[in-house]
Amino acid sequence: MQKKRPNRNGQQMRGNPHAHELIAPQHLSDVLRILADEPNEWTPIAGGTEIMVAHAAGRLTSKRLISLWNLSDLRFISSTPDNISIGGATTFAEIRRSATIATHVPLLAQAASWIGSIANQSRATLGGNLVNGSPAADSSPALLAYDAEIEAISIRGTRRIPYASFHTGYKRNALAPDELLYAIHIPLRFADHKQYIRKVGTRRAMAISKVALAATAQLQSKTIQEIRIAAASLAPFPTRLHRTEAALLNQQLTPEAIQFARTALLSEAAPIDDIRSTASYRTRVAVNLLEEFLTSLIQDRPA
Amino acid sequence: MSEPPPTRIVGTAAPRKEGVDKLTGRARYVDDIKPANQWHGATVRSTIPRGIIRSITYPPHIPWSEFAIVTAADIPGHNHIQLIIADQPCLADGRVNHCDEAILLLAHPDKHKLREAVEAIQIEYDPLPAIFTIEESERQDPIILGADNLIKSFLLEKGSVDEAWPQAAHIITGEYRTGAQEHLYIENNGVIAEYSAESGVTVWGSLQCPFYVHKSLMAVFNLPEDKVRVIQTETGGAFGGKEDYPSTIGSHAALLAMKSGHPVKLIYDRMEDLAATTKRHPSRIRHKTALDANGKLLAMEIEVCTDGGAYSTLSATVLSRATLHSTGPYWSPNVRIHARSWATNTVPYGAFRGFGAPQAVFAIERHMDVIAAQLNIDPVELRRRNFLHQGDQTATEQTLRDPVILDQLLDRALTESGYYAKRKHFAKQNLTSPIKRGLGIAAFYHGAGFTGSGERYLNSLAGIDVTTDNKVRVLVSSTEFGQGTNTVLSQIAAEAIGIDYSDVIMAPPDTGIIPNSGPTVASRTVMVVGRLIQRASLQLVETLRAETGPGSNNGAQTFTREEFFAACEKLRAAKGEVQSLCRYEAPPGIFWDDTTYHGEAYGAFAWSVQLAQVAVDTVTYSAEVEEFWSVQEVGRVVNPVLAGGQIEGGIAQGIGYALYEKVLLRNGHMANNQMTNYIMPTAQDVPPIHVYFEEIPYTHGAYGAKGIGELPHDGPAPAILNAIHDATGDSFTEIPLLPEDLMLQLATQPVEAEASV
Amino acid sequence: MSNWPAITFNVNGESHTVSVPPIKRLLDVLREDLHLTGTKEGCGEGECGSCSVRMNDELVNSCLIPILQASGTNIQTVEGLASSEHLHPIQQAFLQCGGAQCGICTPGMLMASTQLLSHNPHPTLDEIREGLAGNLCRCTGFIRIFESVIAACATDAKEEAEPERTANAR
Repeated sequence: MQKKRPNRNGQQMRGNPHAHELIAPQHLSDVLRILADEPNEWTPIAGGTEIMVAHAAGRLTSKRLISLWNLSDLRFISSTPDNISIGGATTFAEIRRSATIATHVPLLAQAASWIGSIANQSRATLGGNLVNGSPAADSSPALLAYDAEIEAISIRGTRRIPYASFHTGYKRNALAPDELLYAIHIPLRFADHKQYIRKVGTRRAMAISKVALAATAQLQSKTIQEIRIAAASLAPFPTRLHRTEAALLNQQLTPEAIQFARTALLSEAAPIDDIRSTASYRTRVAVNLLEEFLTSLIQDRPA
Repeated sequence: MSEPPPTRIVGTAAPRKEGVDKLTGRARYVDDIKPANQWHGATVRSTIPRGIIRSITYPPHIPWSEFAIVTAADIPGHNHIQLIIADQPCLADGRVNHCDEAILLLAHPDKHKLREAVEAIQIEYDPLPAIFTIEESERQDPIILGADNLIKSFLLEKGSVDEAWPQAAHIITGEYRTGAQEHLYIENNGVIAEYSAESGVTVWGSLQCPFYVHKSLMAVFNLPEDKVRVIQTETGGAFGGKEDYPSTIGSHAALLAMKSGHPVKLIYDRMEDLAATTKRHPSRIRHKTALDANGKLLAMEIEVCTDGGAYSTLSATVLSRATLHSTGPYWSPNVRIHARSWATNTVPYGAFRGFGAPQAVFAIERHMDVIAAQLNIDPVELRRRNFLHQGDQTATEQTLRDPVILDQLLDRALTESGYYAKRKHFAKQNLTSPIKRGLGIAAFYHGAGFTGSGERYLNSLAGIDVTTDNKVRVLVSSTEFGQGTNTVLSQIAAEAIGIDYSDVIMAPPDTGIIPNSGPTVASRTVMVVGRLIQRASLQLVETLRAETGPGSNNGAQTFTREEFFAACEKLRAAKGEVQSLCRYEAPPGIFWDDTTYHGEAYGAFAWSVQLAQVAVDTVTYSAEVEEFWSVQEVGRVVNPVLAGGQIEGGIAQGIGYALYEKVLLRNGHMANNQMTNYIMPTAQDVPPIHVYFEEIPYTHGAYGAKGIGELPHDGPAPAILNAIHDATGDSFTEIPLLPEDLMLQLATQPVEAEASV
Repeated sequence: MSNWPAITFNVNGESHTVSVPPIKRLLDVLREDLHLTGTKEGCGEGECGSCSVRMNDELVNSCLIPILQASGTNIQTVEGLASSEHLHPIQQAFLQCGGAQCGICTPGMLMASTQLLSHNPHPTLDEIREGLAGNLCRCTGFIRIFESVIAACATDAKEEAEPERTANAR
């Protein structure tokens, strides 16, 4: 006799709006105070493109939500000659409209255009994409390749976290329970770097990434002076490919070096089989993307 | 090719009859309707693929007395859904045979409380061994249906294949597989039902066949014809997915209405619709083909197997059409086809645009290219040598009495696409490019209308009447769900009578008002039902002429618009109503034997050649269709905008079928039952599609029209896989063909060993 | 539950105030509370676009917006396109070119099209594809939808698809 199974009605959706509280304090300081007073009680919601999907599916466990959507303090794009700062509640539509971002951090502009669809881009926020922390997050590889920094904020003040250290596990990050992601800072030192980004999805639009690669590299007469390579969906969170970078740093760009880099990537890629794709596909395509990037460097042309 | 007779409205781009309502948001789909005192309905479904229901527990924290609860025990009539064989229960009674099978129903005025109640119910099962593939079913252990797991089998023979093998210069075999495909209509299944002891059952809903639902409800409720009423609401896409399923959801809502004493709205959300409703039958088709030294067919032996799911539903008829399309548009003196539909513990498969033909055409058209490669003959040339011609006999020994212009269709496809020049160019380009390009062809026919004696059996009745405010009303049970029924039938009536398109309206699709002109399936609506409308219209004009006497319209042969309506008023004064109905008449000389599968399978065939240009990216292993051409001979194009739209839409679905759409089953449950994980092509994925019509009027179709709704879905998948073969040299024989599958052949070395470029 | 705080917003030029749970979806508020059933639900997860509306001059999926976050915004739905006398040029183009078949994706598709054209009056075909990529149509294969958008550009209609205060808005 089979033991009692929970009645899996996961095929039936719909959360109950009566079961959730949602508040929208007018000022960031009020939000921070509430988060400090009642840690782990309130879940921040920005554009809601993830949270509302969970709610619709009856999977939203948080009963108390606090809206960041209207906080102008969190929505900005500002730049100095050395740095671009983007507020956590900035939408991908706003990122795409920014001439500064298009010029100075084009990989991020590209990644923004791959988020969902136009309607998703007008609501999904950069902060939300990072805090949600999917290993397939569209904006992450670009930010890793640009050596971005997270600025966290709480009632206790602000602090900086290298984005490369932000994700600490599958859908876990370094924010304290009372902290928000205030801004992402990107140093503007990649103008003379070769840049590459490619996302591989199930179709040309509205596709969750199966694997993605972003890279920045500075060369001097065919030798790699600096290199950053980042990937989505090769690990429990978006990650830099440190072994692959190490295999290439200070190396002459030759076919042998590319082979060495491929081997390094194979040793550190740890994708999984899931509903969208297979580990072997992700691995092999990641290697192909790497090769596409490195070959473009050798041939000194865009990939 | 004869010129069609000149027409004023047929052949023009009359604007969609219900178009303004759809464009302004005024069109009312079932979820837009909110009856007073409505309750919401929900379904509790099996979480295992096969087993005995040991117990159902209703935990005490839910106030069950507030709910209407329906189980099989509540069914007043028969606990089955009336289709072909009555083996599918309306509600599971003691045992389940597939995941997501409906066990019980709940209704409540508050949809959130309803949700909690559904989640709370606890069901205990004693699971039984379950099977999920054709191969597992063929092993016949366990037996899950009948004595041998077989839903249906046929044997079709022409000549003697056994005598042909020894004479063959070549014998080529191949095995081809197609996966399940989900309709993904953007509007989910949904109905509203009411019940009263006085009037019986009324169901409104998103559906294709009001009389199918009507018949089912009569059986479930044990009610006479006039105590059941079914009304179609504006329907947001169907493609066959709302041919039989509405009988199930309609019965469920009606049972809840009966139990609760309230109107009940039962609408599925996307996850439930994906998991629990019908999809296209998966198939495995094996070919063994004998050819002479010149590549001419001597014999075709074909084994057609489909996976029917847990109950028989429509599997027998899908198998039939698959069988009759499996030899392709080719002449072979000897044919043997074994066809079998096997039962598995999965959600029963059902009708989907093409109805067995996409599966069959995929196999034969991919097989032709496989043969061409092995014989080293150009695949275009191989087809030409074997095309059917007018006067030839098909596999069922039906003589093709109407012209067959496959060569011309092929010529046009080759010319419009620039096929030969492109292939030459691609062959060179592919040597160095990481993107490999190729072109592929598919040639095929689609039999219009019901197979064999089907139309006679349907015995359709349709016609027109005239209202007191001078509107001609089309009386049909043929429904609109985007394909243009309302528009083309109105065009036909207006043409035949000699009035304006705007003078014609459609009678509401309400079984209390309309005659039964048969189901809206099988590409029969314009050809068969349109013909009835044409005849009924002409019949009314004749009647008016007789009633109003000669010379009453100045001796003219035809009425003017004004004269027509005046004559109608005279007739109404004399007879009380103005109506003209016609019953289906089979074209003469049609003979079909259901037991031997011989004779005239279809009254008419539409013919097509499609051509795909595909690009395969060797970095990502993804294949994309870059451009597509479709040439079809369809008898008569009644409305070029609507006809073109049907071809384009069918091709887009066929592209999805080939390259994007995969149903992932885990333990018989659809694991990817969300739109984010069931992938259909978006606006950025569809290629430019070029559509060209040829017209050879079919005598027995309305104004010469043949059916076209399903035709365009038959060709894209084999054309695309043939193009991939052309591009890469690798042969793929199974769809959906995803990048993960392409990688297995394209990436020939282990990833560790691959040398860089 | 009238103890929910009141939320006020504009739809098609008319002001509305509702007292509903703040996380209630904008889609449901439009359909249930305002009885504007032109906006449809196809998937509930922001994938199909049949719930698309324009909010403060951005295209959004109304199934993903909690009504509290729509407070104070200007929303346009399909009901706000046509005037009382005639169709909006984009609707006229869809009618002529066959851009609507079953019609269920059509309201969202019209919203996406008007959003696109309001910012890019003469888009290329690629730009049209991108602008509509979030709206799934299962019937047309998109071809005649593209033609409809192109035809709407060509009519040289300068009409901005502004929310209209007319008898037509229900």
